[in-house]
Amino acid sequence: MCATCGCSGDTVLVDLEHDHEHDHDHEHDHEHGHGHGHSHTHQTPETRTVTLEQAVLARNDKLAERNRKWLAEHGILALNLMSSPGAGKTTLLERTIRELGAELRVSVIEGDQETVLDADRIRATGAPAVQINTGSGCHLDAQMLAGGLETLDPPDGSVVLIENVGNLVCPALFDLGEQARVVITSVTEGAEKPRKYPQMFRAADLVLLNKIDLLPYVNFDVADFLDGARRANPGVEVLQLSATTGDGMADWYGWLRARLS
Amino acid sequence: MHEMAITQSVIQAVCDRMGDVPVRRVCLEIGTLSGVVADSVRFCFDLVTEGTPLEGASLEIVQPTGKARCRDCGAEFVLNDLLVLCTCGSANRELLAGEELKIREVEVMA
Repeated sequence: MCATCGCSGDTVLVDLEHDHEHDHDHEHDHEHGHGHGHSHTHQTPETRTVTLEQAVLARNDKLAERNRKWLAEHGILALNLMSSPGAGKTTLLERTIRELGAELRVSVIEGDQETVLDADRIRATGAPAVQINTGSGCHLDAQMLAGGLETLDPPDGSVVLIENVGNLVCPALFDLGEQARVVITSVTEGAEKPRKYPQMFRAADLVLLNKIDLLPYVNFDVADFLDGARRANPGVEVLQLSATTGDGMADWYGWLRARLS
Repeated sequence: MHEMAITQSVIQAVCDRMGDVPVRRVCLEIGTLSGVVADSVRFCFDLVTEGTPLEGASLEIVQPTGKARCRDCGAEFVLNDLLVLCTCGSANRELLAGEELKIREVEVMA
């Protein structure tokens, strides 16, 4: 706050030499006294204000566009799969690869903070997989995907399934350059997930509700879940399936084939 | 906590645009529906700016509130979270404000 005129509230002054006494009678050439939410510059001859109006994630978005263009040029369908830890992403991928492997060329980019366990599980199905360890990072970003694609070198016309770091918050913010975002949640997590994490469900092009084979054993209100998902993302398609038993997987394969055609 | 990565993106973007010029103030717009917690960005800012031209800069964060227009009835309404429905009951709305995540301006040494 300006020590003399008391203006600015919480905003922080930048005038490093601002220990002056205002010897004028407050006829600033900018307006004072109003509840200004604008940036309060108190500019001095030593500083200047530069308007940037730039998206914070512009760099990531640019890289994501580059990925998207590269994928399109090679006719590759890339899907960004996001969920909380334990929703069954890797199990879903394993079954998808086993059942569609003869029809589609599928490769996988695995994002986890640590270990290569998931990539090992995918490779055991015969599909190529690259593991990206984000360390302390809670999400994949466009640069990581670019690196993953370079290592994976997927063939033209193939499908790349990107398993993002298990997290229903952060991955929603970072465009990777994927063609679609698939959010996977499971009945063991509770029906309130879309209400608790609307940002993630809003970002989804498709929602998969997994582990429906466990519905008889858990207190999960499917109608309430669907209501929450549609409040966050009106019109979003929700498919119910079990990657363990195979129930409902045909609908997911149908969705995948439609994206490819 | 993605706010660390977000804050690093701010530093990167400012340095890309302004080079090595010392920055005294950064003004960000972080909408209340952006999914980014302004207080967490404030917490990260001093850590992340250390050793960069932004070290010691003050941070201002403007937080536009959410606004939406109903695609069914045309009403405009305040949206404090992403689950609020229009008074007509529709969830089919277009967000007009609240998702901002941008660097509005910086003040640098002339």
